[in-house]
Amino acid sequence: MRFMMLMIPKGYETATPGTMPSAEGVAAMMKYNESLQKAGVLLALDGLHPPSMGARVTFPGGKPKVTDGPFAEAKEVLGGYWMIQVKSRAEAIEWASRCPASENEIIEIRQVQEFSDFPADVQKAAARLPEMQMKSGQRAGS
Amino acid sequence: MTATDIHQAIDAVWRIEQARLIAGLARMLRDVGLAEEFAQDALVAALERWPQSGIPDNPGAWLMATAKHRAIDRLRRNQRLERNQEEIGRDLEARQGMAATELESALDDPVGDDLLRLIFTACHPVLSTEARLALTLRLLGGLTTEEIARAFLVPEPTVAQRIVRAKRTLAEARVPFEIPRGEALAARLSSVLEVIYLIFNEGYAATAGEDWMRPALCEEALRLGRILAELAPLEPKIHGLVALMEIQASRFGARTGPSGEPILLLDQDRARWDHLLIHRGLAALERAERLGGALGPYALQAAIAACHARALTAAETDWARIAALYEGLAQLTPSPVVELNRAVALSMAFGPAAGLELVDKLTSEPSLKLYHLLPSVRGDLLKKLGRIDEARAEFERAASLTRNARERKLLLERAAACAGGPLQDRSAEPTG
Repeated sequence: MRFMMLMIPKGYETATPGTMPSAEGVAAMMKYNESLQKAGVLLALDGLHPPSMGARVTFPGGKPKVTDGPFAEAKEVLGGYWMIQVKSRAEAIEWASRCPASENEIIEIRQVQEFSDFPADVQKAAARLPEMQMKSGQRAGS
Repeated sequence: MTATDIHQAIDAVWRIEQARLIAGLARMLRDVGLAEEFAQDALVAALERWPQSGIPDNPGAWLMATAKHRAIDRLRRNQRLERNQEEIGRDLEARQGMAATELESALDDPVGDDLLRLIFTACHPVLSTEARLALTLRLLGGLTTEEIARAFLVPEPTVAQRIVRAKRTLAEARVPFEIPRGEALAARLSSVLEVIYLIFNEGYAATAGEDWMRPALCEEALRLGRILAELAPLEPKIHGLVALMEIQASRFGARTGPSGEPILLLDQDRARWDHLLIHRGLAALERAERLGGALGPYALQAAIAACHARALTAAETDWARIAALYEGLAQLTPSPVVELNRAVALSMAFGPAAGLELVDKLTSEPSLKLYHLLPSVRGDLLKKLGRIDEARAEFERAASLTRNARERKLLLERAAACAGGPLQDRSAEPTG
């Protein structure tokens, strides 16, 4: 089964544009990433720029409304993610526990939905989903 | 944490640590069997202690320290030490005083050499193929005997026996715990790759609705391949195998229909292919190609699989390239089955006559005498060429050779469709 490990660094919600982790922090995290890769469980990973460089699109009354970051109301924001392939939820938790994270960081573990997890009616409604995933994946891969 | 939670957590720690633990112990004890035994002892100790004490900060180092203490105790109790064991005993005594950080680094094995040694030992040619598969899944995959038995559809005692005998064989043959060097390396690496691919195929051959352990074998083989690719990143053969397994695994969701019936590659709904695995497979293939040298058999098969993976529809498949890749494969690993596949690719690229020319050469091949796909392919090509009576005879022959009831039914239906004679079947002729 596949899990996303979502990194939620406290304080990132107010980080200024262009905020970057320290070289030491990155070095420690790279060691951890390597341990995931060497164990054959790492499928993908990415880090995200702070929300102050992003935007939110909300839909008040069903109409899109754009708000530039940072977002005053946001208490927890994503800083990055890992996607791992493991045998159990407990194994995902164990891997997350080994992350050299600091006191103000949270890792949320969420299982990735597989197409076969959906009931028949949802599979029907989502019939073109894998196709979209395939095409976007091919673009990324080309 | 509840008792269930802690046991699941210990299971997870074990899955992550056990191979490195056994590998580190095997280097010290120079015996894979003993190493596994003491690693198991450490697991039992963890199961006793951790529910009360909680999981230690560095569970791997804890397991390693515990296993080593058990090993020392056992060797001390043993009154009739052989000289060899005395040495090991002294070695362990010397290491016993190591600080926790040193223990950690002993376990750390940054280059992964111990793990690599363990893989080479478990796949040693002194062992039978069955023994290599079982031992690899046991020592590297951490699967239980019960899990291995379920995966291979054999009784549990059979697997237990295989593993016990394999460990004894390794000890009796005094197989050194090392990474082969020089000329031996290529052959030994081939043995490792063969074992991993056999594990993969054992799982891949299973169809949906069967025991979950069989698909789990594919995941295990992929994991071993990915680990090996990190341990020996400069070996193009490993990346070739990983690429092949990633791309084949990408088709999992599309290989069976709603009632579990197998769906052939060209009929699969390509939207169901796993884009992430395809992407990883193509990247691994690129790595193999970048490392230079001629592509090995796994990389060539991966390149063929990649042709299918890149085509958005079956009609867009680059059959000319596939035919050329099969030709390369036939040169490396000559086999009538590869030739038959090449014939199919040729017919798709250049028309049925081009394929039939090659297939006709294979009809006298003794090893294909009972192979149902030969008359099945030949029938298909003959039908496309309008030689309907001959086609019918070939489909009937293929039906009599297959052991798969579903396939036999399909072949007999195709034979029956030819019964109308050539005039009615003109529509089956190629139009250009």
